[in-house]
Amino acid sequence: MKSTSRLGAWVAIAIGTLYFVLPLIATFEFSLKMNRDGYSFEAYKVVLADPGFQATFGYSTLMAVLTIIVGILLVVPTAYWIQLKLPRLRPLVEFITLLPLVIPAIVIVFGYLKLYNSSSWLPLTGNERATDLLLMCSYVTLALPYLYRSVDAGLRAIDVRTLTEAAESLGASWPSILLQVIFPNVKSAILSGAFLTFAVVIGEFTMASLLGRPAFGPYLQLIGANRAYEPSALAIIAFMVTWASMGLIQVFARNARPARKTA
Amino acid sequence: MSTSPDSLTHRPEPGAGQIRKGLTLSALNWLGVAPFFLFALLFLILPTATLMIGAFQDADGHFTLGNIAKLFDDSILSAYWISFEVSAASALGGTVIGLALALAAIQGGLPQWIRPTLMTFSGVASNFAGIPLSFAFLSTLGRMGLVTVLLRNYADFDLYGTGFSILSFLGLTLTYLYFQIPLMVLIVTPAIDGLRAEWREACESLGGNSVAYWWHIALPILWPSIMGSALLLFANAFGAVATAYALTGSSLNIVPILLYAQIRGDVLHDQNLGYALALGMIVVTGLSNAGYIWLRSRAERGRE
Repeated sequence: MKSTSRLGAWVAIAIGTLYFVLPLIATFEFSLKMNRDGYSFEAYKVVLADPGFQATFGYSTLMAVLTIIVGILLVVPTAYWIQLKLPRLRPLVEFITLLPLVIPAIVIVFGYLKLYNSSSWLPLTGNERATDLLLMCSYVTLALPYLYRSVDAGLRAIDVRTLTEAAESLGASWPSILLQVIFPNVKSAILSGAFLTFAVVIGEFTMASLLGRPAFGPYLQLIGANRAYEPSALAIIAFMVTWASMGLIQVFARNARPARKTA
Repeated sequence: MSTSPDSLTHRPEPGAGQIRKGLTLSALNWLGVAPFFLFALLFLILPTATLMIGAFQDADGHFTLGNIAKLFDDSILSAYWISFEVSAASALGGTVIGLALALAAIQGGLPQWIRPTLMTFSGVASNFAGIPLSFAFLSTLGRMGLVTVLLRNYADFDLYGTGFSILSFLGLTLTYLYFQIPLMVLIVTPAIDGLRAEWREACESLGGNSVAYWWHIALPILWPSIMGSALLLFANAFGAVATAYALTGSSLNIVPILLYAQIRGDVLHDQNLGYALALGMIVVTGLSNAGYIWLRSRAERGRE
């Protein structure tokens, strides 16, 4: 009985591995075939040298970094304040942070276009800088569920109240309590939320495309519609970026665990 | 537990001054969360609310149920139906396969390294969606894809001769499974970890075999978690735009793509019908998420 169930487990893992690894192998193999006379990294060279790639990837990286900064500045003080002063608001705040998982991104951006069009009370889609701001806010919205949950879990693992009272009794001001006491203690939680946000934002298509901004997602779509080998190279690059983000989360989570035990 | 120090510092019979101080303090407390609520209002709640209101207005802003009625026209109803089928198929497949993989890795008696590897990979793959994913599946199962070509050259099997296409219902479902299965693995793992070894031992000592254990003990305990996860996967697929758009363009008539085309170019020639389309999406994803939350709370209560 035991050995048959172990056999079944191996079969399940083998089929799963096949399904998940085959597309990666196929994509990689296809991306090497740009030169007719054998495998080469030609497609990667072409992609990396494309000014369009550099510009859009740079734009999305900048957007991701801004999203992470604004998201952290919004989420950490809120989660801290809820924990310390307004615990009865916790269910409401949790509910709001989960809404972006319920309302599809395409619906949210449709609402922006209706609410903030160039003839509205707050014409955020009127000029490019304002639309960049709107795009960044849309990304903060998308990141809310991940950021809030990881920061909230981080705050629950430390004794927020005692740390705050200790800092207060030593005469620390509110900004320095947050920056010098709370932030360092939830650093790994913030970082894991940040890397997840980066992975979500870097290739995002719907928001950027409908707000008409030159991000990496719409660029990918354009290349996919017009080229043969470059899309595969781009898919491999995107996969590696996602993998790197997730890998860094693991690294920071592992480093955080012993520290939390001694605290 | 964190409220106990608070109640210790609360003195009985507060003077008038203390009450006033308490009031300003609570106003200050609210100021601390004001940025968050302002942000949520501007970029999440108001945009959604304005669409919901628009769904019940005609072009002149008068109240009407006409837009909702038009959702039941054949062309739009069929878009909802195809979306429903793709989401349900990928949710069902993702739930069953994801559960099997998680069970195999956690309870299958496999080497220790399998589980963390599966978890890390699931974290990556559940976020590897959108346009790059569609590229990967075109390279695999497209007309010139690796698997298609290998099957033709070595197994003498013409995949596209069977009527299969990566741009079809089946192709889209297969592609969605790439992020649905890992998501299932991630959500259902805590529930599987909640199965205690004593329950299996109790079952065995009473003479029950593996089938009895799974049928009478493990599955009934896991059931709310499994159903809840399936609903979450369903909502996840229902709102997805990028993968389907990059894969099929506009050849597959599903709701997110119809809505995308409507926002880009008013293909329905009716702004308010567009709002109703968005409202319909929120209702579907909202209901499945509500079901997920309800089932999860049931699962948690069952564990206590």
